[in-house]
Amino acid sequence: MPSDVLPSSDALLSVRDLRIAFDGIEVVRGLSFDVRPREALAIVGESGAGKSLTARALLGMLPRGATTSGAIEPDLSAHRGRRISLVPQDALSALSPVHPVGDQLAAAVRSVARVSGKEARARAVAALDRVGIPDAARKARAYPHEYSGGMRQRAVIAMATINEPDIVVADEPTTALDEERRDQVLRVLAEQRESVGAALVLVTHDMDVVRDHADRVLVMYAGRLTELGRADEVLARPRAPYTAGLLASLPQHAPPGRRLPALRGTPPAPGALPTGCAFTPRCPLAADACRKEEPEPQEVAGRLVACHSWSELPQTATELFYE
Amino acid sequence: MSDALLDVRDLVVRYGDVMAVDRVSFALAPGETLALNGPSGCGKSSTALAVLQLRRPDAGEVLFEGRELTTLNERELRPLRPRMQPVFQDPYGSLSPRHRIRDAVAEPLKVQGRWTAADGPARVAELLDRVGLDPSYGDRLPGELSGGQCQRAGIARALASEPRLLVLDEPVSSLDPSVRAGVLNLLADLQNDLGLGYLFICHDRAVVRHFADRTIELRDGRVISG
Repeated sequence: MPSDVLPSSDALLSVRDLRIAFDGIEVVRGLSFDVRPREALAIVGESGAGKSLTARALLGMLPRGATTSGAIEPDLSAHRGRRISLVPQDALSALSPVHPVGDQLAAAVRSVARVSGKEARARAVAALDRVGIPDAARKARAYPHEYSGGMRQRAVIAMATINEPDIVVADEPTTALDEERRDQVLRVLAEQRESVGAALVLVTHDMDVVRDHADRVLVMYAGRLTELGRADEVLARPRAPYTAGLLASLPQHAPPGRRLPALRGTPPAPGALPTGCAFTPRCPLAADACRKEEPEPQEVAGRLVACHSWSELPQTATELFYE
Repeated sequence: MSDALLDVRDLVVRYGDVMAVDRVSFALAPGETLALNGPSGCGKSSTALAVLQLRRPDAGEVLFEGRELTTLNERELRPLRPRMQPVFQDPYGSLSPRHRIRDAVAEPLKVQGRWTAADGPARVAELLDRVGLDPSYGDRLPGELSGGQCQRAGIARALASEPRLLVLDEPVSSLDPSVRAGVLNLLADLQNDLGLGYLFICHDRAVVRHFADRTIELRDGRVISG
């Protein structure tokens, strides 16, 4: 049986020992993972864990001042818009306010393919139609402000998939939407990427989204891999205390009663990391070894787990996380 | 319901031809959490603004501690406003980016004439401690706090007015799940200790199920259940 986590020969994209720093302070600290053809890989973690930066690194869209080391193979950043594309969080700022939506999609087509303006516009209308924009031919001539929030997000998905990329990176694509629209947008995203055969790298902090829309999940903490494995298995039984704490704090998993289990404290600031495992100050299982040495990812139960104390984690870990 | 903290009857809010809130009625007792749930555009936030009289309703009654607010003018409302305080979704947007947390929390005390040089600062420190922030955070600007810390500061500012009702408009929707749990726990503790009534606006059904005593479902401005 092929491993679910270890480097596989059929990887679409391999990230090895990725480090991203600002002013000499590392924010992503030695991250390795693969993206496989057609899979949906979710990256989760708290704000500041480095998940968006990691996604941006795949696209070659890191903010100014970032220095990187390690390898991303192949480097698709020169093929952005064709082999790799982005669905950003804020669809409104992703679209130009002064051009009709259809023209923007047509421009995306013509940026990679030598086709006539007429053909590009026809493809734009077809793409809008595929993502469920009603009366697409007319709506293609409308401006972004004439679209509702959910429609705009679908137009951005149409733009991200119109050139049939290998990888779509979606950075918190549904954070601004309510549950109904969230599911609708993610369904459209799944349909579109499946029809063009693209893999999805989905940055999210929403565990419901992971459960419903990801094949595998990469859990990050303080710029490192904490756990990586099949989404259903990780959600059903987390092996890293940090993952367990994240899941325990969800109200849908909480036992009745007014107080929720919660991760105490906040993630450490980059540049002010504790020695050893960065999660130690918040970890109910922290032991001496954890304070000495940062754990490397190791294979545990068909997944990767970076934790010295993983074997101490009980099957039901919720009670460990009451404040 | 005469002992209600808040009694809303046939509330109507119109924007032009759009009925944002269409004859919505509910009542809330002290110490109770009533959730307003529904998708974007269902009228949750319009209801909240109309309850707070930040957007005057077009029809209906809002009885707060037994007093009808819709017929009061601004001057008559002013002494009542401290008793009903909002907490908004965007913690950074609810605090001035250029005022230190200490000053943001002190401001209601000063405006309401409850600030003295002798015990004002101690009261601010006590409020920060009450929401789980080390009083040293008072020296910081909102931009120097995490989202969860900033939301706690916003709650401290609301508590400074000694409210009976908090209108919580998506107070945890922009927070990470782990941080969200801590803020929800804080709100539960404050309600237990102070007997506050919560009008809790939230589109996340799992959070609502866990946190609210009762839920009203809104759709297109109307109550569809609850």
